[in-house]
Amino acid sequence: MTAPASPTTVRGETLLDVNHVVKHFPITQGVVFKKKTGAVKAVDGVSFQLRRGETLGIVGESGCGKSTLARLLMRLEKPTAGRATLAGRDLFAASGGELRRIRRNMQMVMQDPYTSLNPRMTVGDIIGEPFEIHPEASPKGSRQRRIQELLDVVGLNPEHINRYPHQFSGGQRQRIGIARALALRPEVIVCDEPVSALDVSIQAQVINLLEELQDELGLSYIFIAHDLSVVRHISDRIAVMYLGRIVEIGTEDEIYDRATHPYTQALLSAAPVPDPDAREHRSIIRLRGDVPSPADPPSGCHFRTRCWKAQDICATQDPQAVLRAADPHPSACHFAELRPGG
Amino acid sequence: MSQHAVRPTPASPTPPDGHLLEVRDLHVEFRTGEGVAKVINGVSYHLDPGETLAVLGESGSGKSVTAQAIMGILDTPPAHISSGEIRYSGQDLLSLAEEQRRQIRGRDIAMIFQDALSALNPVFPVGWQIGETLRQRLGMSRADARRRSVELMDLVQIPGAASRLGDYPHQFSGGMRQRVMIAMALAMEPKVLIADEPTTALDVTVQAQIMDLLADLRRDLNMAMILITHDLGVVADVADRIAVMYAGRIVEHADVRSLYRAPAHPYTKGLLNSIPRLDQRGGKLSTIRGLPPNLMRIPSGCPFHPRCPYVQQVCVDVVPHDLILGDGRTSACHFAQEVRDDRAG
Repeated sequence: MTAPASPTTVRGETLLDVNHVVKHFPITQGVVFKKKTGAVKAVDGVSFQLRRGETLGIVGESGCGKSTLARLLMRLEKPTAGRATLAGRDLFAASGGELRRIRRNMQMVMQDPYTSLNPRMTVGDIIGEPFEIHPEASPKGSRQRRIQELLDVVGLNPEHINRYPHQFSGGQRQRIGIARALALRPEVIVCDEPVSALDVSIQAQVINLLEELQDELGLSYIFIAHDLSVVRHISDRIAVMYLGRIVEIGTEDEIYDRATHPYTQALLSAAPVPDPDAREHRSIIRLRGDVPSPADPPSGCHFRTRCWKAQDICATQDPQAVLRAADPHPSACHFAELRPGG
Repeated sequence: MSQHAVRPTPASPTPPDGHLLEVRDLHVEFRTGEGVAKVINGVSYHLDPGETLAVLGESGSGKSVTAQAIMGILDTPPAHISSGEIRYSGQDLLSLAEEQRRQIRGRDIAMIFQDALSALNPVFPVGWQIGETLRQRLGMSRADARRRSVELMDLVQIPGAASRLGDYPHQFSGGMRQRVMIAMALAMEPKVLIADEPTTALDVTVQAQIMDLLADLRRDLNMAMILITHDLGVVADVADRIAVMYAGRIVEHADVRSLYRAPAHPYTKGLLNSIPRLDQRGGKLSTIRGLPPNLMRIPSGCPFHPRCPYVQQVCVDVVPHDLILGDGRTSACHFAQEVRDDRAG
């Protein structure tokens, strides 16, 4: 066993601090003389904190910027603006050895277990690859043992170390992806839709595994998903994203039982409940139209074009995600309030 | 009704005659280089006018293959229908010549698919694609087909239908594309609409819009619908009856309420217990152990026995028949009554 990747800190303190992070992808015209004609505002000023040992769920529909946010945190994309620190280290300014040390502390589990594993590498090579980049994490002689240990931790047979990804089922492949993320003993794991490609009966196994690992290893998760039930199940706190911004953030109860942002309320009301007796009692808020293009988001509040509460102020003033009088938690709406009747 | 049935039909929840659509003891196998995969192993279900039947199952359970067999769009080879009947208004579709089936496909039974982007042709405008059926099948003139296409696009609530007729599929959002596909399916006013995971690729707010639309259309046009899905939430919202598939068989068949209240097959029970609930916060999720079977080597006896918490020796030795539980319910489990009455599990 090697020492943890970074000095142990007190449980519950802020591990990851993200401040007004912005990512705009330029839209260019012309081939030789590229002219910037606009920008896709994928992430448009996002702030949140992740505490040690907690799971922060990030929900939102496609195009809301949740995956871009994950890629920014992993330094797979360069942010346009903003600051983030991981265990006190500046995430976006780091380079070279410093960046390598930061990356060791934050790993990622990808959505698609079929394309995120190299089909020509054995499972042992896939899980051991992080050690090639970070040789100090595990001495060469004990690597094989460490890899088998990791296979065991995620519930796979350690004897299968020389098998190839195609010999495993979807759920098992996702376990391989999790083992690879655990290899460097990170404190934070970013899970980008880790169970959405899996069948229902397999999904539960992987969710349980992630929760067990969190309890055993004290991991912090950023859990990105579009399935609201899965996010509620696994998360301590939840951030709801819409068109590149966090519109509401709070504890699991605050978001699911006491949501105050109209978008969160609509999203929750639209999620199907597996109970035929609930059919008559449900009151679905039906949103008009589709999500606008992030290349040309509405002025003021991004949600106002689909919102039934929208007034003139929503077009002119951008609502900040702050505490309001009628509000138990930050909600980016001028008219944030509990939904009448539940 | 004629007596073509030579094989004994297995227990069916209702009398076998007089259904709009009926699948009887269907067997389909895929003959591949690696061996024979038994994908459908004796599936029977029926559909009456105006009702919604949900066919629920995980990947590889055979839910889509059954639908493709009904539509007559199975790729043969490798697929091969080894036995069974598919009756539409009493007529056995499998005994018809391809030209006769073509007459039924689209006109009587239409289908919409999961991925609207790949189901639509990227190089033709959507108006042209909706109108194609009308020109080909009804011999409509271009102008008439255009007019009718706009009506259909209005029917599926595409805003500004007339102005979007010339747009290509990539210019539509995911939800709008699915509406285009529904408009195409409705062009011939079918009696049966098969929806294969119609909202799986869509966001939850858009999913609610599309499921609403399908429910309204089904009511207004008195269509019967087969909804193929893996989502227990969607089923609870819209279906009248539900057939749960596992390893190419229907393991449980019931009206939606009774099934959710007291599942009578261990697989159904396991599925219902393993989904996290939006309205409940939970501790550990209960899981179904193990993996779905390889269809080239389906376990002996009950195909679910290696994963089943109720397993006994009889499950390994004997294939369970559909046990009739009353109220039109069946369950292919030796211990169906026990499972249904065991509220703890």
